[in-house]
Order: sequence, then structure tokens, then C-alpha cells
Amino acid sequence: MQCTHSFLFDDWHVVADMELLTQQTPIATTLFESPVTVQCDDNGTVICECKGSALPTQTRYGFVWTSLGEPARDIVHIPEAYEDDRYVVSGGSFFVRTSGLRVVENFLDMGHFPFVHSGWLGDEPHTEVKPYEVTLTEENEILATECYFHQPVASPTATGGIEVEYTYRVYRPFTVALYKTNPVCDGRMDYIVLFIQPVSPETCVVHSLLCYVKEGMKRSDLRWFMQLIFSQDKPILENQIPRRLPLDPRAETPIRADKVAIVYRRWLRDHNVSYGAIPAQGDPR
Amino acid sequence: MTPNLHSHWFPIASSTDLVPRHVYQAQLLGREFAVWRADDGYVNVWENRCLHRGVRLSIGINDGRELKCQYHGWRYANRTAGCTYIPAHPADAPARTICNNTYPAREAHGLIWTGEHASGSLPDLGCFADGIVLRPIPLNAPAEMVSESLEGYDSDVFFLVQPCDSNRSIIRGLAKPSKRDRLDLLRYHNFALQELRDHIEGQAASQDTPEPLVPIISQVAAELVDLPVLHTIGRQADFTVTITNKETVAEDVVRLRLESLTSVLPTFQPGAHIDLHLQNGLVRQYSLTNGPGETDHYTIGVKREIESRGGSATIHDHLRVGDNLAISAPRNNFPLRRDAVRTIFIAGGIGVTPLISMAQALNVQGLDFAFHYFVQSETRAAFSQELHAFNEATTFHINLSPHATSEELTHILSDPNPTYHIYVCGPIPMLDATRKIAKKQGWDDEQVHFEYFKNTNKINTEGSFEIDLARSACTFTVSEGQSILEVLRSNGINMPSSCETGACGTCRCGVIAGEIDHQDVYLTDSEKAKGNTIMTCVSRSRSDRLILDI
Repeated sequence: MQCTHSFLFDDWHVVADMELLTQQTPIATTLFESPVTVQCDDNGTVICECKGSALPTQTRYGFVWTSLGEPARDIVHIPEAYEDDRYVVSGGSFFVRTSGLRVVENFLDMGHFPFVHSGWLGDEPHTEVKPYEVTLTEENEILATECYFHQPVASPTATGGIEVEYTYRVYRPFTVALYKTNPVCDGRMDYIVLFIQPVSPETCVVHSLLCYVKEGMKRSDLRWFMQLIFSQDKPILENQIPRRLPLDPRAETPIRADKVAIVYRRWLRDHNVSYGAIPAQGDPR
Repeated sequence: MTPNLHSHWFPIASSTDLVPRHVYQAQLLGREFAVWRADDGYVNVWENRCLHRGVRLSIGINDGRELKCQYHGWRYANRTAGCTYIPAHPADAPARTICNNTYPAREAHGLIWTGEHASGSLPDLGCFADGIVLRPIPLNAPAEMVSESLEGYDSDVFFLVQPCDSNRSIIRGLAKPSKRDRLDLLRYHNFALQELRDHIEGQAASQDTPEPLVPIISQVAAELVDLPVLHTIGRQADFTVTITNKETVAEDVVRLRLESLTSVLPTFQPGAHIDLHLQNGLVRQYSLTNGPGETDHYTIGVKREIESRGGSATIHDHLRVGDNLAISAPRNNFPLRRDAVRTIFIAGGIGVTPLISMAQALNVQGLDFAFHYFVQSETRAAFSQELHAFNEATTFHINLSPHATSEELTHILSDPNPTYHIYVCGPIPMLDATRKIAKKQGWDDEQVHFEYFKNTNKINTEGSFEIDLARSACTFTVSEGQSILEVLRSNGINMPSSCETGACGTCRCGVIAGEIDHQDVYLTDSEKAKGNTIMTCVSRSRSDRLILDI
């Protein structure tokens, strides 16, 4: 399935973590089912190619970005990545056998914490998802605010259960972030963003960037924590049927807790995003 | 693939695959199944997909009575596949219509059989009916090719080929019982069939691989997706059940076991009640006392009321095993939260019935609770078998005076904890006392859940007022002596109801504007103070006009 959709195609996507790229080891990867090679020349310049043609290439936030089309806008701006009192580290790149849209939706979901991340991000019987707000911003981003959840070990620095506040933000179809209460510094929020590389409609690589307040934190713990959490999500994601995200409102059964997912699916529909999705009945395929 | 294959029975597992508390993953004609045996022996064949987010149920947890999805902990009942609990919204009872797709299931000849639309009898296996089930051999080849290749194999084996997908099959064999050593026979065929598998797979690999079958994923009901709409059911008796057991479980208390001879009974949740339509025309409400997963019958406990107006006396004196009764589908206006760190049940007399069902649910899930049962005498303590199964969680309080009861309740409720929840059901003076004591001790209104079996308030039906229906743009007058419910019904608006005395909560309706004259015993004081909900069977308006959210 060729991606012909400009909203996705003419945009920047992460294809490699800079930490894995050396002059001796070019990286072969796939974006929208097209083979992409990433290499570093003798001057340290990173070049992306597809079938022998050079692609637009940038490096930012520790990742290599490219586009198979003509990017209509710049890479997402993340001010947290420039704050000196934060560790800014990559949380690793995970290959996941499901649509990237399913990964975004899982990232936006609090209801699974007590079951998938039990003992860490949630614990039975504290299972309630309280009502929260969802808005569409002027920048055409989805914002979910006032999301509260009881968490036993909210972060590597947490010393006990706390009520954590989350804010979720969907920048673009495959780019999603969260802000969550830092258990040590009052009023500060830690930040995680996922840059999802659509490999095919049913496979993706999930790259993550962690911007965590340094106080009380060890850099290595940060990556370890992200990998622990994501390794709990991965088997669930890979057992969702169908792999593509169904946009028909009657394909699955949403509940109030899924408010942000409902808005996300509608927003994808409104933008005719069908890559990695099953269009709703009556929508163009 | 011809579509009529969906009406055939196919074996999809060996009986021995369904070991206790396991969920087996099977596939037939492209569709995946989650296959599990409940502790009562029932074999469930469900679509392998949670209705919520599509996660495979074969990675879920079989607790012996229900299947719990790994992703969000939704629980689905044995047999009916109806959802009984959604942990993200612990205060809500899930809509009865949230129900997984189930398929016909049979267990025979050591095999589990299904078919998307299979009906009628299983294939006749003749002399192989008591055969020895061989180890199933999965292979990457179309079923037709496999069947052809099996022709000419040993005539002492009967083969059934399960078409998993267009290019995946499983050979299931039944060997004629013989004098040969069983293990020896199994080993022999295992080797022979593995050799055959290599041959068939080689043949299949040399041909074009057919496209995988794409099973149609059915849509969920529209009412589950849109905003909840009012039910279109009135006080109706949708099911006919037969009394299959009637036993005295305590002095003046009988337990009835109700079974449907024709259909599967709808899913219930702990705290739910049914309307029982008696032969004399009376309609009475009884809580279901079933534990989780007990889905092949309903049980109710009925106490003979001294001042019976023909309900409980009829049940005690006239109903017999074999009698048929009309009942409503279960409704749950007394839902059980399962997110409490500890749950305290306080039962008085026959008020034990809904709480028995709730406590069994928590007990199976391993959640912490205490069960206090206030009863006149040991001989009047019903359901003692279930209560003893809770071990030290159960405390009997026998023959206490009203004063001693208050003291005991004060002791039980002496330590208000925001993570605890209290469920209370029993005689009105005890309910009132419990609520009062809880309030005095500092428990929040929202932590104290109660169910009155009847409303003894004298209902005032004086004065007339208008009702505006905001969503239907209609205005009606409720005259003196009429209820809102009656006026709605007489104008063709089908409002669900059950007790029609202001106790059960079924005819609840949203109020947008107007001052309500609450006369029910269902709503909590804080819900009444909010003034946005009315029980249409008994409550009225203090203002000239009420705007209802219908």
C-alpha cells in the first residue's frame, strides 16, 4: 500500500537514533514501505537515501529525520528538549508489529495502567479513570488535560504511590507526547514524546525522547524505566485485532475513559488519514 | 472457499487442550477463537477479540467463572459472554448489550467442535465415536490438499481436517480402539503423520499460496457507540423461566432456581434484580443471588412477608418445581464498585440477597471485604453456606435489639476511610440507622451505597404540574393522582420501570430545570439536593413546570 497522503507523506519522520549511527555502520530501514539507508559521511554529515536518490535530511533531538515527499512544515518544536535542568535522552527504538496509530492510542490511554503496568503505573483496585478534558487547539493539535491517576511507582524517582496528573498532546498523526507530574519537584512536569516511524500500515518503529527533570534522577534509570514500561505495552499492542486502527465508530466499543481516543479517531478521519487505518464505512479508501 | 462451510461443524481443539483456567487459541476459516472451559464444565467458544479495543482474549485470564481481558480488565461472563464489569468506571453497571460474539460449541468424541453458523447434529463418526484422539498435526497447506493426501492412510483412523485459514490446516485423527498399547499407537501415528506433513507442506510450497481469508468483524451495536439513549422497554416480561428447584434455606425463606429451557439467560451483574410476574398478576422484584459465572440459571431468595399482599405468600405456598414464570431481564441499579481497598457489607434479614451476589464476586477476585449479617435468629440466617465460604470475612450478629444494633453499627463504622465503600441492604429502620451512623462518623455520602426493597413513605399525589420533554419537544400535564411515569406511558413514551414505588431506581430520568418533590428512597441525599434526577414513578414537581431530559 503506497502512502499517497500528503499530510503524512510531505512531513518529517524519524528513521534512526543518532546513538546507533556511526561512520562504520550505515542503517537500513523502511519508511512507508520504501527502503531508506541512513549513513554518516567522513565529515559527520548524515545522509538519507531511497533507491539511490538523496532525501531531505535533518538531525534533531538526537534523531535522524527524513521525508519521502516535500516537507510542508518543519519538525515539531519541543522546548523541553532545550531546558538545561532536564536529561534529554532517547528511550530506545522499538519495532512493533501493529499500526503506529494503535501505538498512539495506547499511549493516550490511562485505563490500562493497573492491568498492563501493574505495580508501576497502576495497581488494582485503583482502576477508575476520572473525567478529563479534551480540546482541539488552534494549532490543530489534540490536548487532553486534567487527567489524574493513582500510580504506585510513577517514575524512577518515585518513593511511593501518588496521584499523578497527565497532559496528553497529539501533534501529528504519528507524534504524541505526555507531560506528567514529577514526584520530586513540585510543579514540574516530566515529558515523553513518541516519534513513530510508519514502516508499513501494520508495522512501525517507536522512537521515544525523554525530557526528565534531573533532580534526584539517574540518566541510566530513565532509559531503563522507559524500556520496562514499553516492553509491557508491546505484547498487548501486537495482540490487537485488526492491526490497523478502525476509524468506524462502530468497530469497537468506546467508553467515557476513551474520550481522547474518540477525538483522535475523529481527527484522523477529518484529515483523511488512512495509512495504518481502516476507513469508516462510506469514507473514501 | 465456499461460504456454506460456515454452517458445518469442525473440530477446533482436543478436549484435553482445555485444561482448567486456560484459554486456548483456535482458528477456523480465518476467524480466531478464544476457547475456554469454566469451572462448571461449560465450554465457551468466543471470537478472539475484546469488544473494547480488539485485544485477543486468548491472552486474557480465565478465573473459572469469567474471562478477564488483559488490556483494561473488562470481565465477560461464562456462557453469555456479557460484560459484567468495566474497571475504568467502577460506579457504573455496564450496558447489558455489551456482549462478545459467541459461536456454537459442542464437546464430543474427545474433541471441541464449532462452526460460525453450525447447527443440528455433529457428523456421525460410527465406530470411531469412542476412538483415541491422536495428537493434532498443524501444517501449512490448504485443507483440500490435506484431505486428498490423507486418502489411503490406515483405515483404522478417521480423519477430520480443520481448515484454519486458506493455507493452514490441522489434521485431527481418531484411531479405532484396538488391543495395541495406547502409547504405542499414538507414537506410531505421530511419526507417520509428521512424515506425511513434510510431504504435504513440500507439495503446498511448490504451488501459489492462496490469499489469507479475511473474517468479517461485525459491528458493535449502535447504542454502545452513541450517547446512551433511554431504553425502549417498559415493565415487560421478556423471558419465560421454569422453576427447577425450590428449597427452604432458612425459616420463612425459600430459594428458587430459575432456568430457561429455550434460550440463554441474559448476563447479570452483582446487585441486579429481576421482575417476577406471578400468575396472580402481581409483579415483584427480587435480587439475584448468583455468584459470578453462574449463568445457566438465576437464583432468588424470597422471604414470606407477614403482611404479604399476595406476592411472597404466593411464592411460598403455591409455586412448585416445574412451574413457568415470566421475568424481566436483569437490571442493575445497585452496581458494585470493585476499586475499594476494602468493602463493608451490612445485611439485615432478607436484605442479604443482593449483597451475597456482590460478596461472591469480590471473593472470587480476591478483593478484601467484610460481611456483617444482622439476623433475628440462627434459624432465620439464609445463605449460610455461601457466607461460611467467606471464612473470617463473615460476622453474624444474632438477635440484637435496635439499640444493640446501633451500637454494633457504630463499632463497624468507627473508622471512616476514604478508600472503603459500604453496601447496605435490609429492613428500613436498619438502613436508616446505618446511613445516619455512617454520616455521623464522617463517611461520605458517596461511600455509602444502599438498596431499599420498598418505599414506605406515604406518597403525596396532590397538585398538578406540567412536564416539558427537552429532547422530544412535548409538553404534558400531570394531574392530581397521576404519576409522571403514567403520563409518559399514556403518551406513548416508553420509560423503563420496575417496582413503581420509588425504591428500585429503574425509572430514573434527568431533570434540566424545575424544583423536584423527591418521594423515593433510591437517591442519596446529595443526589436529591443536586436536583438533576427524578424517579418518575413517585416523585413530583414543586414548581409549575419540570423540564425532563428525554
